[in-house]
Amino acid sequence: MMWDTLVQHSPALIIAIPLLAAFATPLISKVSVRARNIWVILALALTEIFVVILLYQVYNFGTQVYVFGANPYDLTVPVDSRGIPIRIIFVVDAMSIFMAFTAATVALAGAIYSVSCEAEQTGQDKYYSLLLLMTVGMLGMMLTGDLFNFFVFLEINSLASAALVAYRVDRGVAVEAAFKYAIISSLGGLMVLFAIGILYGQYDALNMAMVAYRMQATGFGNLDKIAMALFTVTLAMKAGAIPMHFWVPDGYGKAPGAISAMLVTASQASLYGLFRVNFTVFGLAANTYTLGWFLIILGVLSMFVGVTMALIQHDIKRLMAYHAISQTGYMLLGVGVGLATLGTAAFSQYGFAAMEGGIFHIINHAMYKGLLFLTAGAIIYRVGTSDLDKMGGLGHSMKYTMIFFMIGALAIAGIPPFNGFASKLLIYESVYQFNPILSILAMIVSILTLASFVKVFHSAFMGPKKHDVKEVPVPMLIGMGILTFFIILFGLFPNIAMQYLVAPAASALSDPVGYITRVLGGVVP
Amino acid sequence: MNLDFLTPYGFWNPILWLLVIFVTLLIAYLLWLRGNPKYKKGTDQTQPFLSGYAPESKEAMMVSASNIYWGFTSSLKGYYDFLRKMHTGDVRDYLGWYVGIMAIMLLAYILWGGA
Repeated sequence: MMWDTLVQHSPALIIAIPLLAAFATPLISKVSVRARNIWVILALALTEIFVVILLYQVYNFGTQVYVFGANPYDLTVPVDSRGIPIRIIFVVDAMSIFMAFTAATVALAGAIYSVSCEAEQTGQDKYYSLLLLMTVGMLGMMLTGDLFNFFVFLEINSLASAALVAYRVDRGVAVEAAFKYAIISSLGGLMVLFAIGILYGQYDALNMAMVAYRMQATGFGNLDKIAMALFTVTLAMKAGAIPMHFWVPDGYGKAPGAISAMLVTASQASLYGLFRVNFTVFGLAANTYTLGWFLIILGVLSMFVGVTMALIQHDIKRLMAYHAISQTGYMLLGVGVGLATLGTAAFSQYGFAAMEGGIFHIINHAMYKGLLFLTAGAIIYRVGTSDLDKMGGLGHSMKYTMIFFMIGALAIAGIPPFNGFASKLLIYESVYQFNPILSILAMIVSILTLASFVKVFHSAFMGPKKHDVKEVPVPMLIGMGILTFFIILFGLFPNIAMQYLVAPAASALSDPVGYITRVLGGVVP
Repeated sequence: MNLDFLTPYGFWNPILWLLVIFVTLLIAYLLWLRGNPKYKKGTDQTQPFLSGYAPESKEAMMVSASNIYWGFTSSLKGYYDFLRKMHTGDVRDYLGWYVGIMAIMLLAYILWGGA
């Protein structure tokens, strides 16, 4: 009975646990630092457990709906609401829970890593509170089925992220990076709110399924086009797509190592929003071919410009930030091809496989880029600089960090048997059938990625010893080890990820009718 | 459980790939064992040969990160000059690009956006 209740309320608990933990963290900090650290890790571990429970539910019983304040908890359209789902509704389909699993895993690894990495810093109570709030923002964006609620969680995510970017201050440089990120995020949030206002004014609803249903019934008008452009371009900017990526090297570069890893999933929350809105809300009414090509062009630009900019960097964090942009391009390319072919025969031939590749790349990227940012943080923690020109010979004394870095670097370059290869292979082969030039470009980008990480490996770990340092503390190694586990697991057994996570996610995302039916049920407003 | 990862053109089996790598490494190791074990460590036999010049110290030979792909970046100088100009660090320019892309998308949808 108790177990059933917990399972039923798991969508709310996934948000409530880190939210409550965030506000209680400063109080527990007053008791003891050790208690605070245990509290934060327990909260995130519990969140991860509920995410896994919900993943099991979605895999076995389909999309889960949770209506806040309703009795029963899944009553989406009350009898006296004139057919409109008026309450805040969480709609957890396979795509949502796939994203939530990714974000919760990286957050847990980041928190464990931070226990040692941030141990000497001041203001740790605020750091952990913000880390938990950032997690709330990400998970909320991924689980909600309500447009205004999405905006609220986007703001929570952005504000917490900006504050964490500024955490180290770094003689004002980190604060400047955070200020830029805050400006970009504020303007982006305002534009998203404007788009929501346009849709609310037309369709008298904030629920995604309801808006999609009414938009399909009335046709795709000029105001819808404006709303779609506002959503698409803003969320692409928040995801770090070129040429709106400028905040990424600033923000990722100056944030603490664990926060850089979490910023990857924070950007992916915006990428998820971009995909969700375009498939579920606009997918039935808009011209998805034009929209798909828009994402493909952004994707190709991001891949190529991102990697070529990374090649000339000598700051390890900025270099990795440019690679994060480049890898986002693969996701935009894969899912963009799926969107461009949606509703045609090509979708079943290769469009769906391209989507699977793009979505698989999301979790792969979160794991290996998260790991790479943690290794960069470990290097900076010991050496005290992020300048590759001043590093060298760390392989003599930081052997575990070097091994973790090698695994992350080989995975991002798409070298088998690590996870990056499996998702890139799907993207190469499916995109080749859509347009061979795009696929060849994607392969060239992978070669340049490898070249760039060879440079980092050579500069940081090879050569004579320049610094007399030792290996990083165990909690930092555990944080890196968690992400490495998934890189190897999804690399050696890609079918596990494909069967339980990726294929259901791609099916759910490409089925807006199923989403709408699940929320509105048999009610025709 | 089927370990073949199906792709649009065929399949990928990482375990099979690992086996092939393992066999290849084993062959390489066996070949290495057949090499000459009688060389003298710490003598000229183990020093790199640079046309008769003595090699410099390891510190002096280490190429810094900024110089590693000098040839590549020099040959693409025009491209990199454009990219560097684009990355001004000025937040007003960041917003300018955002507004520009928004305008392009709206234009694309006005021209080709019919459902």
